[in-house]
Amino acid sequence: MVKITYIEHDGTQHQIDAEVGTTVMNAALDNLVPGIDADCGGECSCATCHVMVDKTWMPKVGSPSDAEESMLDLNPERVENSRLSCQIPVTDELDGLVVNLPEFQF
Amino acid sequence: MAEATTPLMVDLDPATVPLEDIDVSQRELWSQNKKYPFFKRLRDEAPVHYCKDSEFGPYWSVTRFEDIMEVEQNWQSFSSDPTIVIQDPEEDFELPMFIAMDPPKHDEQRKTVQGVVAPRNLQNLEGTIRSRVQTILDDLPVGEQFNWVDRVSIELTTQMLATLFDFPFEDRRKLTRWSDVATGGPETGIVESEEQRREELYECLEYFTRLWQEREGTEEGIDLISMLAHGDATKNMDPQEYLGNLVLLIVGGNDTTRNSITGGVIALNENPGEYAKLRNNPKVIPNMVSEIIRWVTPLAHMRRTAVKDYVLNGQQIKAGDKLVMWYASGNRDERAIDRPDEFIIDRARARQHLSFGFGIHRCMGNRLAEMQLRILWEEIQKRFHKIEMVGEPERIPSNFVHGFSDLQVVLHPH
Ligand code: HEM
Ligand code: FES
Repeated sequence: MVKITYIEHDGTQHQIDAEVGTTVMNAALDNLVPGIDADCGGECSCATCHVMVDKTWMPKVGSPSDAEESMLDLNPERVENSRLSCQIPVTDELDGLVVNLPEFQF
Repeated sequence: MAEATTPLMVDLDPATVPLEDIDVSQRELWSQNKKYPFFKRLRDEAPVHYCKDSEFGPYWSVTRFEDIMEVEQNWQSFSSDPTIVIQDPEEDFELPMFIAMDPPKHDEQRKTVQGVVAPRNLQNLEGTIRSRVQTILDDLPVGEQFNWVDRVSIELTTQMLATLFDFPFEDRRKLTRWSDVATGGPETGIVESEEQRREELYECLEYFTRLWQEREGTEEGIDLISMLAHGDATKNMDPQEYLGNLVLLIVGGNDTTRNSITGGVIALNENPGEYAKLRNNPKVIPNMVSEIIRWVTPLAHMRRTAVKDYVLNGQQIKAGDKLVMWYASGNRDERAIDRPDEFIIDRARARQHLSFGFGIHRCMGNRLAEMQLRILWEEIQKRFHKIEMVGEPERIPSNFVHGFSDLQVVLHPH
């Protein structure tokens, strides 16, 4: 089990235990963390699972693939540390991960 | 010509017609609502299906949820250019619009206008939308029969468009007319000839050009025309391209939302148990809105044109082939959606439907559409015990705009 903290736009924190092998998107849905819609169910095709990865974690989380980039790029509120959470697999390395949730999904 | 060789689907038994004869594009299947058994047959037996001859020429039907997703994701192989409908464009009358473009141009143009319908901006519109909904509902006759499509669905979506464009309010029904004209050729009876259609669309262009000229000289406002006139990627559009993008925004936000508004009333009437759930728990409305949009599927298809050879679920697609992604079928695919033919307002994962498309062309107005429907149902529930459907709805004879032209109802207040 790996600890992940989701911080809502209003500051509310949700710390959950995620299984290695799931995704940061699915871990949120499984634990009823609000703020992620995931309309395409993890297919990198809707961009409604947008999160902003805590900057200190960016090196470990890494940058988006081309397919993810083309979806992220269309989000007007995209920032440097934006990622689609369905494209972040949960690994042991990410124990303690912190991600911020946007005010709106698109 | 095509009619002479192709049998009329509505006269055939979907269970026994030879697969190769199936043509799901025929209008009668849509106006008589007989398409679903044909789609089920295709999903089960020929999920990527070639129709060699139709009114629209040969085309592939993609009918399963998963296969549709695969096509949506791969814009490198499946282009939205030159058009996203099954019918090929008129050679000498092309309307360029970003829904029918590929990257990078698509991305540039979309980015210029999408801010206006982004959730942050919608917050500012919610109050206006709610008060307009309230006025429309409060003016409705109680206890007597009327056409819901005209009095509510069209009126509300037209008012919303007028708000988005900051369009002269008293002229707003022009927007409805232009939307109808843009989507319907002479065969639908909306216009008498292709010439008339063009004339009316040029009138639309003239009207909007005036508005553009007024706004280009003033500071950028938050309406769509002003954003187009000031945006770097759009301010130098040629007239045909401006017209194309206007038509996209008018049509995109018009028939789709209109038919969801009508379809919701039909679905609740056909499913009294669900209507009871709604009465007992108005909190279900946001989830119900997604379910309505799935169940109605306001746009029955989007079309792509292959630009590379590609093997899709075992079928060899060739560069140049026409593919039709039938959302109306994918949204009823039992492989992806639990009990897909049932309308269940508190369904789990209700948002996971195909009605808005997926990938880079995913509907830009999806949050606006959901917001309009949510507000409408919140206000309906405050006022009426039941919107009773009396008689059968009249359906539009189109395989693209999937909806209704007439729905007679009687209102019963609390
Ligand atoms: C329930 C209502 C609606 C439905 C079902 C719907 C459906 C769709 C679909 C299926 C697509 C194309 C996806 C593709 O090609 O893969 C689309 C694109 C689009 N829609 Fe909607 N739409 C709705 C409401 C709206 C509204 C209210 C607007 C108003 C702004 C709008 C504007 C657009 C635009 C501009 C595009 C083009 C996006 C692009 O190509 O990047 N839609 N919509
Ligand atoms: S869930 Fe759709 S892009 Fe992540």
